[in-house]
Amino acid sequence: MNTRMKEIIATVAIVAFFLICKYVLPKPLEFSPLVSNLIIGAMAVVFIIILIRTLQGKYIERRIVFLLVGIALLLPFFMQFDLPLQVSPEVKATYDALESLPPGSKVLASFDYDPPSAPELQPMADAFMQYAFENDLKVIIMGLWPQGPQQANQSIEAAFVANPALREKVEYGVDYVNLGFQAGNEFVIVGMGKGFRSMFPTDMNGTPYDSIPLVKNITNFGNIDFSLNFSAGKPGTVEWVQVGVDRYKLRMAAGNTAVQAPAVYPYLNAGQIVGLMGGMSGAAEFEKITGKTGKATTYLLSQSSAHLVVIGLIIIGNVAFFREKKGGK
Amino acid sequence: MRREIPLVITFVVGVVFVISYFIPHYPFNEFESWFTDWFSIVGAFAIWLGALNLMKISTLKIVKQKKDWPFSALTIVSFLIIVIFGFYGGKGFRDPGTTFDWLYVYVYTALSSTMFALLAFFVASASYRAFRARNFEATLLLVAAFFVMLGRVPVGDMITGFLPLEYQMSHWANWVMNILNTAGQRAIMIGIALGLVSTSLRVILGLERSYLGGD
Repeated sequence: MNTRMKEIIATVAIVAFFLICKYVLPKPLEFSPLVSNLIIGAMAVVFIIILIRTLQGKYIERRIVFLLVGIALLLPFFMQFDLPLQVSPEVKATYDALESLPPGSKVLASFDYDPPSAPELQPMADAFMQYAFENDLKVIIMGLWPQGPQQANQSIEAAFVANPALREKVEYGVDYVNLGFQAGNEFVIVGMGKGFRSMFPTDMNGTPYDSIPLVKNITNFGNIDFSLNFSAGKPGTVEWVQVGVDRYKLRMAAGNTAVQAPAVYPYLNAGQIVGLMGGMSGAAEFEKITGKTGKATTYLLSQSSAHLVVIGLIIIGNVAFFREKKGGK
Repeated sequence: MRREIPLVITFVVGVVFVISYFIPHYPFNEFESWFTDWFSIVGAFAIWLGALNLMKISTLKIVKQKKDWPFSALTIVSFLIIVIFGFYGGKGFRDPGTTFDWLYVYVYTALSSTMFALLAFFVASASYRAFRARNFEATLLLVAAFFVMLGRVPVGDMITGFLPLEYQMSHWANWVMNILNTAGQRAIMIGIALGLVSTSLRVILGLERSYLGGD
């Protein structure tokens, strides 16, 4: 059987799996603990076989790596495991900062990301939005990325779905407002330091700034009690710290992708941001501490198994490396 | 004049921003406000410029029947569909329930997430083939990666669950991130900042002209 045929069969198998899951199997599809453990056992056996073959000098090809990662990411969605999740100090600090805000506090939420980063950032944004609405925090939404404000709309909708009573309780323009996107990267933050009006003359839908009750009395960062930045890159948390925090003394916490989070830790340790939620685990921890279990907690099982697979592959790759080194190849 | 005018603009704007940071009073703060507004306006026009440039390049590719020209046709069609439905939707074109929002959620989000998700496969493949303990530094990196990858997910704590809380994997990962990572990041940031200052000075003073094109 040639490679092309193998690829076609694999693609058909994956499509068939999805169709069966969607139309045949009961919903929600959940594996029993026995099936889940059998799958984990089977994966372990596969890795042992790969390790033995590697020791024999037979290395696996890239397609097998892709298949293993795909299985590791997909199957945990249907498994039921209660993994221990400890809330890290930086996520707890974020929560504590939000908890310290009295009802009616004005929170500026900047959504600086786009859909590719949504799996990590959207869950924390969803949990924050629901928390803010339930605790009567006034949320002012904006975005330095064009897609950000629309991601915020999804968070608002997610909060309403999670707690239907909020749909009646919170009112647009009074409890929250979406100012939309403004081009200009960090210069938008500089401009906001001088006056929000000049950067956002209207909200996302064209309503004049001065006719929105929530913001008409807000001049600049001096009227903001707290800020939360969801960021996937530039412009994002770094720019907010450099301009908003350092120059205008904004009190801020950040939610970042796992890739970006390491670059933000120096600001956390220096006290420039009060808290940090990093990646999927940060989102899951925030969900846990706010009691709003959502997608991040579910996704974390997939991420756990994917990390294990990658670690396993690195170990096997190094076994191959030392084998070749020993053999003088 | 094609070179002198941009150099003068760069010098004036650069000097004003530097001075206004240290002396945030009249007239420098006013100058800074003007330039900030101008930057936003230029930024907004740049989005249009980028879009029109994309159209021009894609159209030329189709006209000249260059390699993979059907993808360019698809780019133009996708662009026009989004723009048409954006304008058709009026002021609230991004509101939930609009056609634009449907395209955003069920087409754009799905496609861009898929592209990004492919990273997981490439990272795994690259780790398998290239993440080797070749020398001491690489081994250190490997050990740090091991702690962070396991400690950042609950399975790490599950594996080390028999240990006291402060010795479990998540605490080691936090330690790596808060101490080792922060130290390294600070060193990099200081290096970048010094480089930025020297490059910015060269640009402001007109010694560095590569951004103008040519030499």
